[in-house]
Amino acid sequence: MAINWFKYSAPTTFYALAGKLIPWFAVAAALLMAVGLYIGFFVAPVDYQQGEFYRIIFIHVPASILSMFLYLVMAGYAALGLIFNTRLSAMMATAIAPTGALFAFISLWTGALWGKPMWGAWWVWDARLTSELILLFLYLGYMALHSSIDDPRRADRASALLAIVGSVNVPIIYFSVKWWNTLHQGSTIKFSGTSMHVAMQQAMFIMLVACWLYAIAVVLARVRSIILERERQTSWVNELPEVRA
Amino acid sequence: MSTTSSLFGMLQLVIRRDMTLAMRRRADVLTTLIFFVMVVSLFPLGVGPEMDMLRKIAPGVLWVAALLASMLSLGRLFSADHQDGTLEQLMLTPQPLAVIVLGKIIAHWMLSGLPLVLIAPVLGIQFDMSVETLGILILGLLLGTPVLSMIGAIGAALTLGLRGGGVLLSLLVLPLCIPILIFGTGAVDAVATGLNPASHLSLLGALLVLALVFAPWVTAQALRISME
Repeated sequence: MAINWFKYSAPTTFYALAGKLIPWFAVAAALLMAVGLYIGFFVAPVDYQQGEFYRIIFIHVPASILSMFLYLVMAGYAALGLIFNTRLSAMMATAIAPTGALFAFISLWTGALWGKPMWGAWWVWDARLTSELILLFLYLGYMALHSSIDDPRRADRASALLAIVGSVNVPIIYFSVKWWNTLHQGSTIKFSGTSMHVAMQQAMFIMLVACWLYAIAVVLARVRSIILERERQTSWVNELPEVRA
Repeated sequence: MSTTSSLFGMLQLVIRRDMTLAMRRRADVLTTLIFFVMVVSLFPLGVGPEMDMLRKIAPGVLWVAALLASMLSLGRLFSADHQDGTLEQLMLTPQPLAVIVLGKIIAHWMLSGLPLVLIAPVLGIQFDMSVETLGILILGLLLGTPVLSMIGAIGAALTLGLRGGGVLLSLLVLPLCIPILIFGTGAVDAVATGLNPASHLSLLGALLVLALVFAPWVTAQALRISME
């Protein structure tokens, strides 16, 4: 059976598909988040070193992982859009950026909240914190460039090129910051390699999946708005029941 | 043979043209230099005149000031040619656009990067840097400032003709320049603490080669996107 892989690369068909998928992803994300937070707050034991404070990792770690993962996904969609000239890929890249920036911000924010009781400082120039901050800057630059170009086609292509250049630079930035940190100051913070309790691992994994599903749901909702905005002159948009009403 | 000679001929031509144009408006070149000197001179006023502290922060101050000064002149890299239509003509030439872009980048570096490198020793002496740390600082700046021009050229091509281009350009380019800053100041710090700066300088050189290969081509693509 031949599958038409490109069927859903057209905004017309994808709009309907995304509309059907969003409730599933949203409900699954909400359920998993409730389960993950329950395990994280009530089932997982108190850490003997960090007390109750460590529980912020159930938000902090999934947010950091997703902020990095989403940048790669964004750059991937941007590259697809640039190479195959598919409109939908560029729209997806645009839709991912705010969610990625949000996760980077949450990661920094929760990191600061965690750092105060643990290290005695809101901010430490640790390699991970610094590279997360630079990642947030890269997201902001991408969004700023996209929003300052009026022509949507040029905006898509220019910001796609920036995302690709950024993704080539991300490993260089990460390692340079890591070496900078070890050269300037002896690392005062060591994440001891203590084995995590099973309940902690479960809670973190469930929260990671929940955040991932949330990101998918939000990105699909955002891409639907972008499709409506870009295609507002077309007849199929004007025949949609939600537009007519 | 004829293609290589015409390629190099084009490269030389673009460099000579940009240099001539800049020499007719020397104020633009001087503004960048004066900005660099001013920013560096503000730091002792801000943090206090203790020589121990100044010696310690000198490489960082000089590098950050060089980074900001190179941002200033980037806006002019393509905008004048864009406004009078020269850029469109350049894009229509049979030679690859990347070669023309490389010529413009080299000219930009000679006009805005090289003067900073040449004046940096004087400013370093103001911060009481020793001779060997100064030498490494200059070597690092020589390797690093061309990379700043090349990364900056990508940003300048992407923001060509946009409103608020200057600030936007800094927002795009500064995060990408962080590795240069780290290795450049790292080399000076290494000498100051008695270590070998070769690893930092090698990494700077590696970044220079990497940028030399990819940046002109990416900038050419960005120009095509901006001009279509």
